[in-house]
Amino acid sequence: MTTIQFHHVYVASRSAVAGSLEAQGPLQKYFDKTYEDNYCNEKSFEKAERAMVYDACDIALRKANQKPSDVDIIFGGDLINQLTSSHYFARDTNVPFIGMYAACATSSLIIGQAAMWIEQGYAKQALAFTSSHVATAERQFRYPNEYGVQKKATTTSTVTGAGAILLSGQPSLIKVSAFTPGKICDWNYSDANDMGVAMAPAAYDTLNRHFQNTNTDFTDYDLIATGDLSQLGFSFLMDLFYQDEHPVEHRLHDCGLMIYDTGKQDVFCGGSGCACSMCVSMAKLLQEIEQGTYQRVMVIATGALLSPVAIQQKESIPCIAHAIVYERSEGK
Amino acid sequence: MDQKRLQDTAKAHVPKTHKGKNALVAFISGGVIGAIGQGLCYVYMQSFEIDKETALPMVIVTIILITAITTGFGIYDKAAQYCGAGLFIPISGFANSLTSAAMEGKSEGPIYGIGSNMFKLAGSVLTYGIASAFFFGALRYLLFGG
Repeated sequence: MTTIQFHHVYVASRSAVAGSLEAQGPLQKYFDKTYEDNYCNEKSFEKAERAMVYDACDIALRKANQKPSDVDIIFGGDLINQLTSSHYFARDTNVPFIGMYAACATSSLIIGQAAMWIEQGYAKQALAFTSSHVATAERQFRYPNEYGVQKKATTTSTVTGAGAILLSGQPSLIKVSAFTPGKICDWNYSDANDMGVAMAPAAYDTLNRHFQNTNTDFTDYDLIATGDLSQLGFSFLMDLFYQDEHPVEHRLHDCGLMIYDTGKQDVFCGGSGCACSMCVSMAKLLQEIEQGTYQRVMVIATGALLSPVAIQQKESIPCIAHAIVYERSEGK
Repeated sequence: MDQKRLQDTAKAHVPKTHKGKNALVAFISGGVIGAIGQGLCYVYMQSFEIDKETALPMVIVTIILITAITTGFGIYDKAAQYCGAGLFIPISGFANSLTSAAMEGKSEGPIYGIGSNMFKLAGSVLTYGIASAFFFGALRYLLFGG
């Protein structure tokens, strides 16, 4: 039952890059860079994802006027087996690297880890990034991209994009103030085409534990954004909190619903993937904190830790949700 | 956590499925493909002066070719999302499963990529198609003498 509180971890810089479909969405003007197509001028989708990681990290470092060698440690993760995008990027940086996997919950996990290194003084500056690409994820978890199978209405669309954040001990306007690691929540749900609903109980569990540990409730936050629950999972989560009579009001939102215009864009139930929560929080949420619109925001990245082989062997989907809290710091 | 409460609550958030609409769209789009095939068959028979047995394989090959091209241009999967079984059940579904898997494997080269991935989805159709052809062929031979 842990919530780790941080006292001097600050966001030095951040970046978010996104693919063409995301660039047509409501967050277009917030992204640092967008691409014309999903190949990002590369020969394969795998290389395209890596190119986005490069761009995201490059932009984040440039914004803070830093070189890769100024960073003490890098944390990263993505959705491809063996964390291909992250490891091949890290190969070229020549900086100690820790790769982590928590499916779509990776973003909060790596930021939480990086924050711990800064807080404890093991690192002066730590970079954290995640990426996902619709074509590489579809290929690995579902069917070939051009395969003409009728997808269920409960499906989500993987976000093509990457985000990076540079944390440091130097005070800035945005502070990382707490991290609650999630525990695996498996309620015997096995529909891999409806991961939003599968993950909602994990978010519910982490959020409740975080409230208990920190003695807070919805009213203490300006916004609580879940990672990628999509329309169905999000309404399911709302329902659970309403049953408990929590003061949810308009404080709960979902990154998967913010990144696309689900009414106009053809994305089924909304966005998902490692980059979903990362891009939305880097591009929009942290900017709102910086501008003073929000004082305290929590991002609960949710991950469905399924393996295609296990699903075919009729196993259920273990899910996890990690929470991270950002606050506006007046220290600067 | 209370699993029963979760399952009961989740039930309220299951979206409506449009089975009737899907079946109707599939019926119409599948019928259109059938009609196109029949039309092509007449055209081939007339213009090449061939009999029906020779024209039919040409019709099938034409449908496969059209499917492969539209798959390559990224049109097929969008149409299939709307038409469902109407495009999936005819030979176009089979042709699309081969083409899409082959396209996906392209980045790993001709042997490990295209060659071994091409039948990834169509493999089970072939396996059980061949197995059942053998079984029913044997049955027909034993019961009716060939």
